[in-house]
Amino acid sequence: MFVTTAYAQEATPAPAEGAAHTEVAAEHGATQGVFPPFDTSTYASQLLWLAISFGLFYLFLKNVALPRIGGILEVRRDRIAQDLDQAARMKAEADAAVAAYEQELAEAKAKANAIGNEASNVAKAEAEAKRKEVEAGLDQKLAAAEERIAGIKASAMSGVGAIAEETASAIVESLVGGTVERSEAAAAVKAAAE
Amino acid sequence: MANDPIHQFHIAKWIPIEVGGLDLSFTNASAFMVATAVATGAFLYMTTSSRGLVPGRLQSISEMSYEFVASMLRDSAGSKGMKFFPLVFSLFMFVLVANLLGLFPYFYTVTSQIIVTFALALLVIGTVIVYGFLKHGFGFLKLFVPSGIPAMLVPLVVIIEVISFLSRPVSLSVRLFANMLAGHITLKVFAGFVTSLSAFGAIGVVGAILPLLMTVAITGLEFLVAFLQAYVFAVLTCMYLNDAVHPGH
Repeated sequence: MFVTTAYAQEATPAPAEGAAHTEVAAEHGATQGVFPPFDTSTYASQLLWLAISFGLFYLFLKNVALPRIGGILEVRRDRIAQDLDQAARMKAEADAAVAAYEQELAEAKAKANAIGNEASNVAKAEAEAKRKEVEAGLDQKLAAAEERIAGIKASAMSGVGAIAEETASAIVESLVGGTVERSEAAAAVKAAAE
Repeated sequence: MANDPIHQFHIAKWIPIEVGGLDLSFTNASAFMVATAVATGAFLYMTTSSRGLVPGRLQSISEMSYEFVASMLRDSAGSKGMKFFPLVFSLFMFVLVANLLGLFPYFYTVTSQIIVTFALALLVIGTVIVYGFLKHGFGFLKLFVPSGIPAMLVPLVVIIEVISFLSRPVSLSVRLFANMLAGHITLKVFAGFVTSLSAFGAIGVVGAILPLLMTVAITGLEFLVAFLQAYVFAVLTCMYLNDAVHPGH
């Protein structure tokens, strides 16, 4: 067998195992040819040391290491959640500020419009009132002027009659000779005018 | 010795201890069990000692392994299974670090001993059985009677389920043991080719290039296997624990 002869020929033990190895080779002399993982004489020692090392390892992890790592992860998760909450709150505040600003802006615009409208209404009303006053004054003047014209016309018309009488009597005097009664001439003029 | 691929699995007594005829010596295997536990525990403890809100690289490793195992367990056994988190995490880290430590030259591979992997597998199955009966009483036996099968088939299915349940500790332990053993033997054989071929002079040295490349490639593969086997062990542990938490499928 390749394996066993090679092992039997072994002269120098592996450095890591050191001097202890020769002693083992001597002690395990009876089980020399056994494949090491199936060498039952080592099982008790392996089980004991596995129980000790793995048992303590398990207890250490369960009571110290894992709670610590779990705690770190939890703190980080809480912190991130807290930061996100804060960011959300700040965003809400910023949104509220924007909304308030926009509302104020809208109010100011509405106010400005109202003031503008009022001013223009007042101005229009004043202008209208002035216009009416002026028109009323003009109407009055027009009426007065028409009245005066009517008066003048009437006096002129009455003047026309007198002129016609005088002219008629003068024409009669120069054509016929003699005088014409003033009342006769007036009646004739009146008849001619009608 | 240089070419003996089995030599690396020999157990060497460092401190002989004998109690009542039982050989309880502190051996190289014991030393690496203790080294695995201490190194892992110290790493997890020291990297998290600053409790940084923003983790450093090493603290990230600890946190990632924590969340990796936690999500693995939560996915397969639900939130009720989280009470087994310390057990699953300890098993995963112990197997992983034992596998990885074994890849260092001259280091002993604890998980290449069938008794170690079998003990860990029995711990898992024992936990499943004890917790299953404590929590569900005889309702735990519903595990062997899947719902929705015709009454005729029940005896057959129960036999199959019982056999598959009993074979779990065997398959769980042999898978890990055989992978680590085979990987280390392969590595040693290829590395042995390099030294024995180069003893034949110039032609031998040229011929040794291929086994050397193989050795490098297999070393890389062994790192993958070391992680993968620890992961498989932990995933199967989670699935078996799921049976203890929810026995009726």
